[in-house]
Amino acid sequence: MSDFSASGLACRRGERLVFRHLDFALPAGGALVLRGPNGSGKSSLLRILSGLLPPAAGTLSWGGTPIADEPELHRDRLHYVGHLDAVKPTLTVRENLRFWAGMREALDEQAVTDALARFGISALANAPARFLSAGQKRRLALARLLASGADLWLLDEPTVALDAATIVLLEGIIAEFRAEGGRLVVSTHAPIALPDAQRLDMAGYAPAQGTLPVLEALL
Amino acid sequence: MSGFRMLVARDLKLAGRQGSDALLVVGFFVLGAVLFPFAVGPDAAVLARIAGGVIWVMALLAAMLSLDRLFQADYEDGTLELLALSPLPLGFLVLAKCLAHWLTTGLPLIIAAPLLAILLNLPADGFATLVLAMALGTPILSLLGAVGAALSLGARRAGVLVSLLVLPLTVPVLIFGVAAVDAAVGGYPAGPHLMLLGALFLAALPLCPWATAAALRHAVE
Repeated sequence: MSDFSASGLACRRGERLVFRHLDFALPAGGALVLRGPNGSGKSSLLRILSGLLPPAAGTLSWGGTPIADEPELHRDRLHYVGHLDAVKPTLTVRENLRFWAGMREALDEQAVTDALARFGISALANAPARFLSAGQKRRLALARLLASGADLWLLDEPTVALDAATIVLLEGIIAEFRAEGGRLVVSTHAPIALPDAQRLDMAGYAPAQGTLPVLEALL
Repeated sequence: MSGFRMLVARDLKLAGRQGSDALLVVGFFVLGAVLFPFAVGPDAAVLARIAGGVIWVMALLAAMLSLDRLFQADYEDGTLELLALSPLPLGFLVLAKCLAHWLTTGLPLIIAAPLLAILLNLPADGFATLVLAMALGTPILSLLGAVGAALSLGARRAGVLVSLLVLPLTVPVLIFGVAAVDAAVGGYPAGPHLMLLGALFLAALPLCPWATAAALRHAVE
């Protein structure tokens, strides 16, 4: 049993209970697609899965071991791509990527070069990142996935600002990653082809109207 | 360890390309101190008496100037989230950022201090002690500043807030820093004051990154 799984997850933002009783189990090579209207907690769930946000209730585990017991190990195996691209405008494209590759493990220049090539931004490698368009910045943020060597990808609206050709490219890269046993959790409004993906409809986990948040978390 | 080096190198590179921060801090430090002879008059004896204190107070104020940017840029562009998700302990990364901050602001202050000491007629006996005391004191300012900068993330007018949070905490540094210089000028041993500064530095070294990391984790929730 080496699933990445959640049981009874609940999320509270301020006074508001966003979702509760959320369960899933993601085997190696699996993909989980989060659906739901704005504000239904897709981004919050991804932040909980990454460990940035502690869950209000419930447990997350990897291969049966609760993640709260070994947060450093969990951070080592995931890479999170959020709404912000974390691109430094004064560094070159290559320097931006090199920094994150080197933060995770011994710097592998070849992996950096390959990741840039894969996302079609090799030609810009030595340009300062301030000259990048929104879509190119996004590609640079996604290129970190390849350079990171992570086993779990958490993607929050990865297709924003990407053109159709790049979305197809991303689908191919995700398929390869899953074929090698990688796990993926993605929230998206855009149609993105993920064969055999599990779907999680966040609307099903929203608390009933008018219930006290404190009570809901316990129910 | 390589992550620590990467982060220090990146921050130095960013500071180098954006340029002006270190120059601004040193410029403020020098200009502020130069105002004192105009205000209190050119009496050499009076200036010699207050030189140590003026240099220290100006160093504290100058250090405050650069603090609001310490985490703000990383917070706004999402870098901080990714740093918090790095497998390295966050406190360790904070230490790397403090080191880079000290190299770009604390070190230039130490280099400029003897120049101000000459301008303000500080007796020559105090020069070496001034530099030594600042070498021990300015890293404490970077460490304490990191706590304030992390706590004020996301606040409006963060720069002012950081100064209000951090300046009271720097009073011990000021007291022992000035006392060391005064002792050296007056012919007394400066050692005890320097040792107390060293003790403050050693206490701040583990405590401040730990507190800063906790504040940053809260900020990226």
